[in-house]
Amino acid sequence: MNVRELTPAVIAVLVRRGADFAAAEDAVQDALLEAVRTWPDGPPRDPKGWLVAVAWRRFLDAVRADTSRRRREDLVEAEPPRVPGSAVDDTLQLYFLCAHPSLSPASAVALTLRAVGGLTTRQIARAYLVPEATMAQRISRAKRTVADARFDRPGDLGTVLRVLYLVFNEGYSGDVDLSAEAIRLTRELAARTDDEEVAGLLALMLLHHARRAARTGPGGELIPLAEQDRGRWDTRMIAEGVGLLQAALARDRQGEFQVQAAIAALHADAPTVEETDWVQIVEWYDELDSPVARLNRAVAVGEADGPRAGLAALAELDPSLPRYPAVAAYLHERDGDLARAARLYAEAARTALTIPERNHLLRQAARLNAGDHPASG
Amino acid sequence: MGRTRIEETTMAKYLLLKHYRGAPAPVNDVPMDKWAPEEVTAHIAYMNDFAARLEGTGEYVDSQALAPEGTFVRYDGPGRPPVTDGPFPETKDLIAGWMIIDVESYERALALAGELSAAPGAGGRPIHEWLELRPFYGVTSPATAE
Repeated sequence: MNVRELTPAVIAVLVRRGADFAAAEDAVQDALLEAVRTWPDGPPRDPKGWLVAVAWRRFLDAVRADTSRRRREDLVEAEPPRVPGSAVDDTLQLYFLCAHPSLSPASAVALTLRAVGGLTTRQIARAYLVPEATMAQRISRAKRTVADARFDRPGDLGTVLRVLYLVFNEGYSGDVDLSAEAIRLTRELAARTDDEEVAGLLALMLLHHARRAARTGPGGELIPLAEQDRGRWDTRMIAEGVGLLQAALARDRQGEFQVQAAIAALHADAPTVEETDWVQIVEWYDELDSPVARLNRAVAVGEADGPRAGLAALAELDPSLPRYPAVAAYLHERDGDLARAARLYAEAARTALTIPERNHLLRQAARLNAGDHPASG
Repeated sequence: MGRTRIEETTMAKYLLLKHYRGAPAPVNDVPMDKWAPEEVTAHIAYMNDFAARLEGTGEYVDSQALAPEGTFVRYDGPGRPPVTDGPFPETKDLIAGWMIIDVESYERALALAGELSAAPGAGGRPIHEWLELRPFYGVTSPATAE
């Protein structure tokens, strides 16, 4: 068992004993660092008890160093108070607190990774490519923001799911695999809730993660879905995602994540790109109305009903949307207008949001300009 | 009468600046979308390998790429939103990105800039791109310079 998995439960114990969330979280972070240092020499028999004891000691040390005399007397003199277990799941409460609606998405992500995920500030900073001091400030400001939030009532599951989705989309950078971490945290959440959208999000993550090995080439270049080696998809992960999705859909309370997962499942289900059930994919896209979904829908319409139909669907959208030129380029290429497609790919490269995307689009423009028509992998 | 030069510090940081516009034209001046796809791939691989090699020698600090379009912004007085302007298609100088290196000498910085400028372009031949090499100011004065 990874010591980080105990983080939320240990924070919760400290909070129940009377520590405020911010101080409890700091103390547990210290205890985790000490565990990483000392456990390899001799792991404790009761890891959680060990963490609670060390974190509580750290917390008391911090209180002693604090100027507040009254708190010191209240907390240090007393035995750790025994607070009756509450009806709500403490770990679940931490998810809610860290994704509190008063937090910006970036703050909620950072706080969730630290207090629920048990990552260090340094790991989080490296994953998001910012200096450690910057991330430390982001986290402590977030903790101040939620300092007065109630810890005893259910929060907003929707914001928790959006935070986990953002973590998942960060992928892999620094020394932490944020996609895998998001899956772990969503799995924990799914075990504690009975909600179709939690299951839908977990299914969506698994179905996308299953394709990860096939998604990039040896030089880090993007490989689009149609050109991926489907033999490299993780079939066990796909099966788990499909199973979760089917159980969620059977309960007939559809939501955005279930719909996205259904689309991912239809792709996963096709042995070859030609066998993809585009008609059904378009039907699922009809259920979504985000700008990104509508762009993807235009691509799916292009596959189901031909590139002209795809271009007609695209014409209804705002051309200033990110990735609009890339979708237009793709559909014009399918329609045989290669010069126009090449120009649009070059434009799409200039407005790309990431370097791998820019490089991919440049290569597409280069391919058409070089007269090398069939898409090469 | 020979004078020994005593190095005051061990390493110095330099910025290698790459321009979309504003640098003299390179020798091999073909826009990237007119290269063969495998030439694009080779160029990207060269850049990645270069950065990885400098990490290996302990000389790499950072590199970043910038999107071509930006906005000019300035303060417009109390209680007023900032004024924005641009992008200006006629702007002479447009930065595309940079690499920061930390090296033992100016000569080493020049040599590395030369290598980066030799990245392959159209036809697989070096681009001979002009890179701007700018030293960073140090942030602390040497203790012996009091």
